[in-house]
Amino acid sequence: MTAIRKERQGQEMALTAGIVALIVIFSLLPMARLLQEVILPGGQFSLDIIRNGLIDETTWRATWNTLVVGLGGTLFALVLGVAVAILVSLSDVRQRQAFVLCFVTPLMIAPQVTALAWLQLFGPSSPLLNMLGMAPPLGTRNPLYSPEGIVFLLGIQYAPLVFLIVRAGMRKLPRELVEAAQSSGAGWVRVLGTIILPLMTPSIVGAAALTFVSCVGNFGIPAFLGIPANYLVLPTLIYQRLAGGGPDVLSDVAFLSVLIGIIAMVGIVMQDRIASRRDFRITSTSLPAAPYQLGAWRLPVELGMWVLIAFILVLPLVGLILTSLVRGYGVTLSAETATLENYYFVIFQHAAASRAFLNSLYLSAGASIFAVFVAIPLGYVIAWGNKRWIKALNLAIELPYALPGVVLAIASLLLFLKPMPITGIQIYNTVWIILYAYLARFLILAVRPTITGYFQLDRALEEAAQVAGAGLFTRLRTIIFPLIAPAAIAGGLLIFMTALCELTVSALLWSSGSETIGVVIFSFEQGGDSKYAAAVSAIMVATTFLLMLLASLFANKLPDGVLPWRD
Amino acid sequence: MAGLSINNVTKAFGDTKALDNVSIDVADGEFLAVLGPSGCGKTTLLRMIAGFETVTGGNIRIGDREVSTAEANTPPEKRRVGIVFQNYALWPHMSVSENIGYALKVARVPKAEREERVKNALALVNMEQYGDRRPANLSGGQRQRVALARCLVAEPRLVLFDEPLANLDVHLRASMEDEFADFHKRTGTTILYITHDQAEAMALADRIAVMDHGRLMQLATPRELYHEPANEMVASFISQGMVLPADVETEEADGQCRVRVLGQELVVRCRKGEKPRKDARICCRASQITSVGASQPGFEGTITRAVYRGGSARIEFEPASAPQLGLHFDQPDPVSFEAGQRARLAITSGWLIPADGAA
Repeated sequence: MTAIRKERQGQEMALTAGIVALIVIFSLLPMARLLQEVILPGGQFSLDIIRNGLIDETTWRATWNTLVVGLGGTLFALVLGVAVAILVSLSDVRQRQAFVLCFVTPLMIAPQVTALAWLQLFGPSSPLLNMLGMAPPLGTRNPLYSPEGIVFLLGIQYAPLVFLIVRAGMRKLPRELVEAAQSSGAGWVRVLGTIILPLMTPSIVGAAALTFVSCVGNFGIPAFLGIPANYLVLPTLIYQRLAGGGPDVLSDVAFLSVLIGIIAMVGIVMQDRIASRRDFRITSTSLPAAPYQLGAWRLPVELGMWVLIAFILVLPLVGLILTSLVRGYGVTLSAETATLENYYFVIFQHAAASRAFLNSLYLSAGASIFAVFVAIPLGYVIAWGNKRWIKALNLAIELPYALPGVVLAIASLLLFLKPMPITGIQIYNTVWIILYAYLARFLILAVRPTITGYFQLDRALEEAAQVAGAGLFTRLRTIIFPLIAPAAIAGGLLIFMTALCELTVSALLWSSGSETIGVVIFSFEQGGDSKYAAAVSAIMVATTFLLMLLASLFANKLPDGVLPWRD
Repeated sequence: MAGLSINNVTKAFGDTKALDNVSIDVADGEFLAVLGPSGCGKTTLLRMIAGFETVTGGNIRIGDREVSTAEANTPPEKRRVGIVFQNYALWPHMSVSENIGYALKVARVPKAEREERVKNALALVNMEQYGDRRPANLSGGQRQRVALARCLVAEPRLVLFDEPLANLDVHLRASMEDEFADFHKRTGTTILYITHDQAEAMALADRIAVMDHGRLMQLATPRELYHEPANEMVASFISQGMVLPADVETEEADGQCRVRVLGQELVVRCRKGEKPRKDARICCRASQITSVGASQPGFEGTITRAVYRGGSARIEFEPASAPQLGLHFDQPDPVSFEAGQRARLAITSGWLIPADGAA
């Protein structure tokens, strides 16, 4: 009998040990290395790096700018996202599913592509404005090269994030609470102000915190809009320092990335404080409230909603596509001058670009496949396991994604700058360091839907296999994997889409030969080749749409709420 | 097949005891029901027998093997116990045959033998033609049968039923009850059947273990539970028995003794060796209360409610001497009692609940 116990414990211990190792390698190790660089440089306690960082006036300016665009972008995203969530959840507007799909799509498009698209829309060389004869004269500065532009685009990029979180909260709002207020004589505006919005506080505050962290850590938008205007935020400052100084400035940028991490943490902690101040728990579950009849206002409101879609989604994409068809700077686009040469160039002629397509494909496929296979046992231990300390480690997997990407990129640099101990393998300056960072950063995107899947799965299914004599690994393989795989694969697909155009991490980790698509778009734009950048971006947007479509095809096999764009 | 013996088992979650010193012996081939209100610990007991929960104290033996002690716990996959889950727990990604054959596949039984045994198991539950179906395409009763076949195919030493009828509608329940009884007769399996439904337990089980607050209240045959409850909990839980204060006036003789209840003297059944005592309790059933004329022994009171139930009415009554004691009895048609009416009732018989309350 002891042999039997050993065998079972062996499997369980192997699983636990494997998961702990993963968490250590992909979360605790890089974070510890980063902190060590700042507090214990070279193994000795010293505050020099912090002092140097603090007396640098640029640090303060970038920090201030980060806070300004972070808070501004959050505020704008909140207003837009909450308003749309209220409209979609509580009123009787039609074509909801299509509208939600369109509204959420900007979240699926990489920030630097969004930035590029908007730049193409408003600049002096805007094909659209030129076709309409409304373009500002050549040489005029693009109005988006400004803090206001950054705030505006951050708001549009992350409003869908707010929308998704608040919408999920509104779905849980029991209709009795609304009806009780109505029967007490409250009109709809009053119900909204005194019942619905207060009850949504946790969702709204949670969305605000997440948006703030995303805005503060965003690299693509301030890189495209801020660098030309010399308006630096912390992520772009780190990029410039590193691009200019190489590994010598690692300590400085490590300090800066810890600074971003701290700003992000403050946001998360504040959210926790506000949400726990009052009791917002909803005790009952029931059908959602009956939609508010807009009456004569319905058509105007619906029109307004689709104008919004035209403005935030269609217009910039049209701008992007038009730019990708332009022959050269200043050439007015018309049916005769339009060309596909740019596409031909980036796919077949430009070595770095064609390499980048393959690199990004391999990287995102690698990261998503790895994540799917790790997420299933990991989710098992977190969702169904009985070890408390492992549940606490769940936070550790959240960390690399919750903190801005720059933080993880710098941590990876520090970790792998020197060859790895014992093996002597050097992954710095290769594509592998990007893969490592992707694995660490995106793993949680597959783990979250997988855990949701576990909670929706009846545990008796596993127990039935257990009494049938199946050991842990057999159960994982024959029962759990087939049942949970759709959720994990959906998460994997999200990772694939996110990683495919990723820029923040790869901008800091790429080297010649290991370019990613995000880096190529960025380099084209920085070199003034907007038409090539637009062509690559257009290809990526099309790919994103295809992937979304693909995922939607097997949506009915997925747990609810796994695909963000499905209402 | 094998017997099951649960010895002084205790399960503590922190400070709360989900199970407190429970001992039950199930004979080889016996059908034993564990009955109790929700939260009484019966599900915890089942999960410990299956090996999903460890015991804090005591031990569990299946056949001659000790499977659970505070120190060691044989994992569920090594216990050879079958479970029929409340919601069947059929694997949706496998066909009916694959579901049933799973345990054999895990045990690496050769394919030909496996198919043969799956076929036999399907035949045993009259589902031969459904082997290729998916569980989603079966009705509730059919799923139940597949679950039964699945747990039997590996020839378990013991089958545990976890409220298997709770999810079925009333009509299906009655027919599944018959099937379970029939199935037990044919296979002679040792069965431990968890339920909160006493009619189900009474109809199926050889013996019933009544549990409450993690403790075993009484372990007895259905008849004994009804007629000779060991304590107040069992008395009031089984068929809504009424528990009334009584003074025992004579020693037990021939299984009977004389008691005084609500001022009325009567003879009730009792255990051997009962002595006169104050503050005793008797259990009486609705059928043991009747209305009497003014001159006959009995007690006065008021009718508080009369609920017509078709053919008879359930009459609720407050004795004048003890209004907090609600009594109830049935009056067949023609129903004459109405709420507010005065009446004189008498208890015709009853059972003296033993003082120690031990099962």
